[in-house]
Amino acid sequence: MNLIDTAFARLKSEGKTALIPFLTMGDPDLQTSVDIIQALEKAGADMIELGVPYSDPLADGPVIQRASERALLHNSITLVDCINVAEQAREAGVEIPFILFTYYNPVFQYGLKAFFELVQSKGISGLIIPDLPMEEDEEVRQLAEAANVHLIPLVAPTSKERVTRIARKAKGFVYCVSSLGVTGVRADFHAGIDEFLATVREATDLPIAVGFGISSREQVARFEKQCDGVIVGSAIVRKIEEAIPLLQDTEQREVGLKQISDFVAQLKG
Amino acid sequence: MTQVPDVNGRFGAFGGRYVPETLMTALLELEEAYAHYSKDQAFQDEVRYLLHKYSGRPTSLYYAERLTKHLGGAKIYLKREDLNHTGAHKINNTIGQGVLAKRMGKTKIIAETGAGQHGVASATIAALLGLECKVFMGEEDMKRQQLNVFRMQLLGSEVVPVLSGTRTLKDACNETLRYWVSHVEDTYYILGSVTGPHPYPMMVRDFQRIIGDESRQQILAEEGRLPDYIVAAVGGGSNAMGIFYPFVNDDNVKLIGVEAAGRGVDTIEHAATMTKGRHGIFQGSMSYVLQDEHGQVQPAHSISAGLDYPGIGPEHAYLKDSGRAEYVPVTDAEALEALQLLSRTEGIIPALESAHAIAQTLKLAPTLDKDKVVVVNLSGRGDKDVEAIMGYLGVDKHESH
Repeated sequence: MNLIDTAFARLKSEGKTALIPFLTMGDPDLQTSVDIIQALEKAGADMIELGVPYSDPLADGPVIQRASERALLHNSITLVDCINVAEQAREAGVEIPFILFTYYNPVFQYGLKAFFELVQSKGISGLIIPDLPMEEDEEVRQLAEAANVHLIPLVAPTSKERVTRIARKAKGFVYCVSSLGVTGVRADFHAGIDEFLATVREATDLPIAVGFGISSREQVARFEKQCDGVIVGSAIVRKIEEAIPLLQDTEQREVGLKQISDFVAQLKG
Repeated sequence: MTQVPDVNGRFGAFGGRYVPETLMTALLELEEAYAHYSKDQAFQDEVRYLLHKYSGRPTSLYYAERLTKHLGGAKIYLKREDLNHTGAHKINNTIGQGVLAKRMGKTKIIAETGAGQHGVASATIAALLGLECKVFMGEEDMKRQQLNVFRMQLLGSEVVPVLSGTRTLKDACNETLRYWVSHVEDTYYILGSVTGPHPYPMMVRDFQRIIGDESRQQILAEEGRLPDYIVAAVGGGSNAMGIFYPFVNDDNVKLIGVEAAGRGVDTIEHAATMTKGRHGIFQGSMSYVLQDEHGQVQPAHSISAGLDYPGIGPEHAYLKDSGRAEYVPVTDAEALEALQLLSRTEGIIPALESAHAIAQTLKLAPTLDKDKVVVVNLSGRGDKDVEAIMGYLGVDKHESH
């Protein structure tokens, strides 16, 4: 069984909603990514999205763009580096499932077959490729299935009648985009958000998770009632950005890690 | 060759729709609207009327006699897209897409721009059709093309500076797509080249094919036969696709795309996507991409802001891999030389983009017999570049004061 399924089954039996933080790998460096993952598990994260830095992150807002730029500029982070973080975190004792979030080109350049062999061997349970809509995902989906890696699709408020078709092919959970636009903190969600989430719920027996623009405990709480998972990305990446001077100072490092994990712990409520 | 693209927007292995899900419904609606209106006589009539009366088409196919004599080889004809309203071929596409946007009931348009030509053409059509227009332009390009920035503002458009990434065309495209994702419900994106997700590469090609359709008629009238070569500059590739497309099935007409080699293809400062790039996914489609071994897209460099782009339209990738067209690099220095030569021999100052096509012609024509015919797409005029050229040639702007 895939770890994502196990985690959602357990949460469901406990009547809980998954909190799924997103981190840009290698920001500020790979070892710190491993340490943050450990800290977030302790703070209550139920799964982690490992973000692969990319030169042209079309679906991302300024915060994650900046994190990607830093990771690429200072550390030349590669797809393989990000996947290795999963293995290192596992070796350090982290048990929660890992979901790799990557744009398609790095995967395509690495080679699909080799990529899935690697992903499987390093203990990654899920995969999100934001620029691979269902019209283009056939080959990836088949390979993912064979590797027991869940290809998690995105659905948006604009997906309309596509929701059913996307949900039918989904594995793991369905990622509902809370608002139009790119990732990033925002005050308002799409006007039809509740109706949209209800439509997705109707279309699938899989868990549904909501993400894009969720940054506070209040917002997490708002969606906990309707969803099985809540994804928080930019707000955490921004906390990390703010903590970089601390994280890079050996004496202050623990303080920095604590700031980040405290933020995630209060999101969890 | 078979009809491309297929229903999935594929030109062989290339093209497709690699975009966030949020945009998919908008792309499908656009595809449907375009399929409908491209067969609608009233729509076609309106587009043709504007191309004719507003932009001044047909543009002339001009026999460049002095340049031909100077080079001493093949006869050179220039397709004078520089004579269009706003000074480049870009208006062919913005007229088509502007009228389409209006028919689709959209009141707001957005566009990306590199050199500013597509931005100006979009701002122009927005003014003409009464649409609200935002143009996204890299901060670096805004410095290089200040006149065009002001032109767009005069035309009533807002120019949005793009501060992310390379601050040039590549990131202007990213930012426009991001804005579109956020405002997809009421905004039409006028994409300026044969790039991006389906249906843009097909649609922009169709709106630009008038260049080739006219050239075909004109060269038949002048020479009684088709040309031996067609030469056009490629960045994203819209002027080249426009002039190539009606000749794709004429196997005796050689198609040559000229890409920007910047400071040289053996340096890291070039935009030679076909010469140095590999297959990859970039800004919505599969094509050739300048990238590192890990699939990170690399910044391009060219003296010409319009060619300063690490991708190229998928149909060009298809023409290259099938062997139907050839793509060659031309450096900044060669383009500058060609620009000066054309200015002096023909009294035509070409855009820096088009100067790349001229530069290739300078290499090609002398190797050919005098009975051969070369048609060069002179895609734009050089007015917008004059100030930058002064800088490149080391002319002191204040000398004459």
